[in-house]
Amino acid sequence: MTPAPPPSTGAAARAVLVKELRLERRAPQTLVAMALFAATSYVVFHFALRRDTVAGDLASGVLWVTLTLAALLGIGRLFVADRDEGGLEGFLLAPVDRTALLFAKAGALLAFLAALEVVAVPLFAVLLLGPTPSAGTWLQLLAVFALADLGIAVVGTLVAAIAVQTRARDLITTILALPLLLPVVIAAARASAPLLAAGGAHALTGRWPAVLALYDLVFGLLAYALFDFLVED
Amino acid sequence: MSTEAPAIAADGLVRRYGERAALDGVTLKLEAGRTLVVFGPNGAGKSTLLRVLATLLRPTAGTASVLGHDVRREGWAVRGRIGFLGHAPLLYGDLSARENLAYHARLHGLHGAAAAERVGQLLAAVGLERRADDRVHAYSRGMVQRLAVCRAVLHDPDVLLLDEPRANLDPRAAEQVEPLIGRSSGRTRVVTSHDPAGGLAEGDLALGLRAGRQELLAPAASITAEQVGELYR
Repeated sequence: MTPAPPPSTGAAARAVLVKELRLERRAPQTLVAMALFAATSYVVFHFALRRDTVAGDLASGVLWVTLTLAALLGIGRLFVADRDEGGLEGFLLAPVDRTALLFAKAGALLAFLAALEVVAVPLFAVLLLGPTPSAGTWLQLLAVFALADLGIAVVGTLVAAIAVQTRARDLITTILALPLLLPVVIAAARASAPLLAAGGAHALTGRWPAVLALYDLVFGLLAYALFDFLVED
Repeated sequence: MSTEAPAIAADGLVRRYGERAALDGVTLKLEAGRTLVVFGPNGAGKSTLLRVLATLLRPTAGTASVLGHDVRREGWAVRGRIGFLGHAPLLYGDLSARENLAYHARLHGLHGAAAAERVGQLLAAVGLERRADDRVHAYSRGMVQRLAVCRAVLHDPDVLLLDEPRANLDPRAAEQVEPLIGRSSGRTRVVTSHDPAGGLAEGDLALGLRAGRQELLAPAASITAEQVGELYR
């Protein structure tokens, strides 16, 4: 048998991503936990706030606090199958660029966040949101979601890669992820607030989406530079 | 006397976990196509030696090389040419045997029809072809071990690092994996064993470890099972 050339980073990342999505489809755990948490939170907010609808800053805060905490559940489980079943070592034994794992895991977390939002955001709109956003407003919200999810996925993957190598995985995930994700939550909430304003959406201002994009860029580069050191001995 | 570089070499190899030395000054050379059998009681450093050679652990001091490549500086060159079989099978329980092998094949640059053919051949060789599409969770320990052997040799490695490879295998299964990981495979092998007589029969060179220290290094034909047994007293 002629030895095959090592796969490209893209091919290796694709292989890991397909495996991640297949595992989640076979034994859904992460997405179910995330969606259930988000749904329960919105129901609790619905009753706890003692009002039928929310709008503006409050709506935006409720939306993003819930999504961020639900994302923590996904981050905490990102490397669980790899740790429990040795998949991380299986990857490390292959002649592939370690950043393929970063791309694949961040891609998987991004997919989980998108799937969560497909379920949780309409539920939020039905249970809590006062104003009915127009199609144009939804499109602008989509841009905010995309920028925020990218940041959460990159930072979440970094945090998960650190936490999985410790015994106090859940504690480390929370301790590291919450402060690191704070800028995303603030920027996403500030960017979304005018779009959810009572009496009709205001235009999306460029400042907060720019903060999100800058965050994505900085942490993307940081993750690219650090990931090798995090997963190797 | 051969002038070729040894397939495996270690010089004053040390690996520490905190203050404890799991390997303490191991020095050896193994020519290509030969088998090194490693003896020693639990905690002697056998698995650590294999993991250092597999590039999963970095040496704390000293050097180690596989096929002329330093494991610390040229790990990328080593990885595609070794097959590692440790205590954990490095397989995902929620994937089928075929999916697990296809995933590892992609990570080693095999894809498409060539990968499918190789996976099919290996599954047939270890008698798992009829259960190939069952999830690994449903396998017995012996079946998992046979599948782990397939994973280790999937990319036709030059060097095999085998940690008690016949654990959990019945005599028939041990016969099935013999052409893949046994002496007849023609590969350079490092095999750990707790069976002095069987190990000496299998090896060309015997290494004895106790508490990380090298207590014995000699041609397997020149020592007796009783001498090996002393390591365990």
